[in-house]
Amino acid sequence: MRVAQLMLIVMSGLALAGCPKKQTTLPDASNQPAQSSAETGAATDSSVGQGTADANQKLLEAAKQTGTIIYFDYDRAEIKPEFVAIVAAHAKYLNSASSNKVRLEGHSDERGSREYNIGLGERRAQAVRRALMLQGVTEAQITTVSYGEERPAVQGSDEAAYAKNRRVELVYGR
Amino acid sequence: MLNFVRSFALVILAVCAAPLANAQLVIEITRGQENAVPIAIVPFGWESANAAPFDVAQVVAADLQRSGRFAPLDRKDMIDRPSAGDQIRFQDWRYLKSDFILVGKLTPQGADRYAAQFELYNVLNGQKLTGQQLTATTTSLRAMSHRIADIVFEQLTGIRGAFSTRIAFVSAEGTPPKQQYKLIVADADGENQQTIATSSEPIMSPAWSPDGQSLAYVSFETKSSAIYVQTLRSGERSRVSARSGINGAPAWSPDGSTLALTLSRKDGDVDIYTLKLSSQTLTRMTFDPGIDTEPSWSADGRKLYFMSDRAGGPQIYEIDVSQPERATRVTFEGSYNARPRLSPDGKQLAVVHLDRGNFRIAIVDLQSRGVQVLSPGRQDESPSFAPNGATLIYATQDRGRGVLATVSVDGRVQQRLAASSGDVREPVWSPFPPGR
Repeated sequence: MRVAQLMLIVMSGLALAGCPKKQTTLPDASNQPAQSSAETGAATDSSVGQGTADANQKLLEAAKQTGTIIYFDYDRAEIKPEFVAIVAAHAKYLNSASSNKVRLEGHSDERGSREYNIGLGERRAQAVRRALMLQGVTEAQITTVSYGEERPAVQGSDEAAYAKNRRVELVYGR
Repeated sequence: MLNFVRSFALVILAVCAAPLANAQLVIEITRGQENAVPIAIVPFGWESANAAPFDVAQVVAADLQRSGRFAPLDRKDMIDRPSAGDQIRFQDWRYLKSDFILVGKLTPQGADRYAAQFELYNVLNGQKLTGQQLTATTTSLRAMSHRIADIVFEQLTGIRGAFSTRIAFVSAEGTPPKQQYKLIVADADGENQQTIATSSEPIMSPAWSPDGQSLAYVSFETKSSAIYVQTLRSGERSRVSARSGINGAPAWSPDGSTLALTLSRKDGDVDIYTLKLSSQTLTRMTFDPGIDTEPSWSADGRKLYFMSDRAGGPQIYEIDVSQPERATRVTFEGSYNARPRLSPDGKQLAVVHLDRGNFRIAIVDLQSRGVQVLSPGRQDESPSFAPNGATLIYATQDRGRGVLATVSVDGRVQQRLAASSGDVREPVWSPFPPGR
């Protein structure tokens, strides 16, 4: 039930993200400093006692134990039911302290054109991002990057290799 | 005896050349040639006791052969070596079934300066088609030879030669996850390779500026994607887009003032924007929730062709840059059409097309909307037109390794450029050099 609910929310999130927007001329925002959540997070962290830090570490270990890679079907970005537990375990860790941060690295298999595959990797990373946020993780705790087919986990041009390469990796401290 | 000496000399030459050739792209002709025009490219004369500084005729012959439109006569079949028009005995060359003959000589002109005089004749009627003189220094003899090939090609086909142009491509070496990525620039024949950027993080999507002086490309060197513009001569580099999310698929507007590019920004919606380089003004070009990427400009800078999966699968669309809200779908044949590149005459798109389970290079005629598959591979990608529109270069796979290949726009002549090491991908053909 919970799984089905989450899936429904993830899918509706995907649909909502797609509303057309008006054309705008945007100023260049690249040189503006990112939201100062890092400092806020650090302040929260320093106020956390030793015991809490240990508990925090335990949650991270537990999350990593559950898994750090979510695999996807060909040309799809839906999180399959068997990976929902991974999302939940990482959300639990991330929710335990606002200074906990994760990097989501989206990947595709090698088939098709490279920039489209960058788009597919991004879509997958965004699906995991939304799933984490639905479980209470804040935007400031998550960064995403898509590598498309540029950083395969394994080499090879068969379905076994493709299946291992269509993935989102949850990375800490990279 | 003389023959023996000559073949021995050839063997020594081949052995000496091997380590050098190893570092280069080796050209293999995989299909075509049957309708190629027979031509004799006679080794150029050299009136000096020292050895000739460069084999001009060899480069000219290789260029013409690579175009697929010419079949140069094998040197060992030449019974004579004229170096000027008045030395040609046309009946000999008619007997050898050459339709045309190029003769010439190289002469020293002071320190480190050479002149090449050459003449092109129609063998059938003995008529002189062109005769010119070009000069070069030792380091520019190869470039001069490509210019001679350009002149011969244009004289005989009416199409401007593209032998003096360059290609850029990306090479990845090593085994995942530890790979070294290089951005390489080479002559169109694969010679003169120069690495212009190296990173342990991916490099992708190189794009030539319209003046051929700079490359825009994507690098993940900061552990997220960013677009850089690098001037080739000076090596000077600037980061033009490092926004949150994707920074990808840069494409220069024909006037060089603007880049079309793909961003996903904070919301993760993958869309195309234009970025005016002088002011950093960003304008959104696509508004669909699907993935919109791989923009390609029309020659007049008014339109963008791009790939979108808004209708389910990837297809090509077209927008007017001044009215980007209204996109028109261009491709309807097949379930996968991506990475459009407009031909220099604006009449065709080269795309990656899923053809019965294989990703292949195809040409879409913009008038008839007909699709013609050109390449034979399983995993072909990244088509790029030669600036004369006669040939496409693309990436394909050979025993699990990425290699570069070319195909004539009619699909008749296919060739492979095999790099010695690394997984080679994303070739892009430069524009014509300025000055004509």
